[in-house]
Amino acid sequence: MKFRIYRYNPDADAAPYMQDYDLSFAAGDAMLLDALMRLREQDDSIGFRKSCREGVCGSDAMNINGRNGLACVTPLSSLKQPIEIRPLPGLPVIRDLIVDMSQFFKQYHSIKPYLINNDPPPETERLQSPEERKELDGLYECILCGCCTTSCPSFWWNPDKFVGPAGLLQAYRFIADTRDQATAERLDNLEDPYRLFRCHTIMNCVDVCPKELNPTEAIGKIKDMMIKRIV
Amino acid sequence: MVNRVVTGAHYGLRDWLAQRITAVVMALFTLFVAVYLLLQPAVDYDVWAGLFSNNVMRSFALLFLLSLFYHAWIGVRDIVMDYVKPASVRLLVHVAVILALVLYVIWSVQILWGM
Repeated sequence: MKFRIYRYNPDADAAPYMQDYDLSFAAGDAMLLDALMRLREQDDSIGFRKSCREGVCGSDAMNINGRNGLACVTPLSSLKQPIEIRPLPGLPVIRDLIVDMSQFFKQYHSIKPYLINNDPPPETERLQSPEERKELDGLYECILCGCCTTSCPSFWWNPDKFVGPAGLLQAYRFIADTRDQATAERLDNLEDPYRLFRCHTIMNCVDVCPKELNPTEAIGKIKDMMIKRIV
Repeated sequence: MVNRVVTGAHYGLRDWLAQRITAVVMALFTLFVAVYLLLQPAVDYDVWAGLFSNNVMRSFALLFLLSLFYHAWIGVRDIVMDYVKPASVRLLVHVAVILALVLYVIWSVQILWGM
């Protein structure tokens, strides 16, 4: 099984380079992460993140044969060889496949990803009807792996100003929450040529999301709500 | 001025919406002209001049051109915002584009009403 892996150690290398690996490994129903871990037994200098290894933590997002995805839920049998693995595009590389996600999380924090409700806390939970709860489906499942945001050209051009698909999906997650009382402020926060309107419906985000979520649809719903309040 | 990333201009929706609406106007006009010309047995100067001798048609054409210019302004501004990083240069390019588009509006009226 042939691999081409992006290698870069800023302390030792003048520039990034691609390194070829040959691994004897029966793909079967194994995932890419299994092969990478086996590869690391051969060469323990390869840097990549992983944790839950089942598509829940979002640590092992990487660019696999030109497409962002999670190594732990990408079947080896689905990949053309040599399997070319690079770090997520558009973010600074710390080492090999490990990127600095600070900019991504900064944008995520900027949409206030928490419930804003000034009522005194009730004795029990803040209840929702099943229908109200249903409005959060397709939004709350995001694991913040960064696959969508780092595949978005608008984020590549303006990572410091454009919130990005992951952040905007979460913005809508709180706008859609009936327990949240800050809808107007949230919409004000996004009424901006850079923060929201850099989205040009390219839909790379929808294409790559390993959880099959639809940030473009969420962004469309935010725009609909903005229209609703001005007409 | 401190060098800090600033956002929060509080505009964007109106332009985004305008771009959609102007696109519809342009599509309607293009469709109308295409169908009209296809229905003519022969397209010559007389047909073309006859079509634009009507004031309703001239107004429709002006509406199309105004839509085109507004649509182009938003599109070009978006490109400039992505690729021109120094704010001073961006402002200069924006002003140049606006002035050019205003001239195009005057020119369009001149052409349509043969002034």
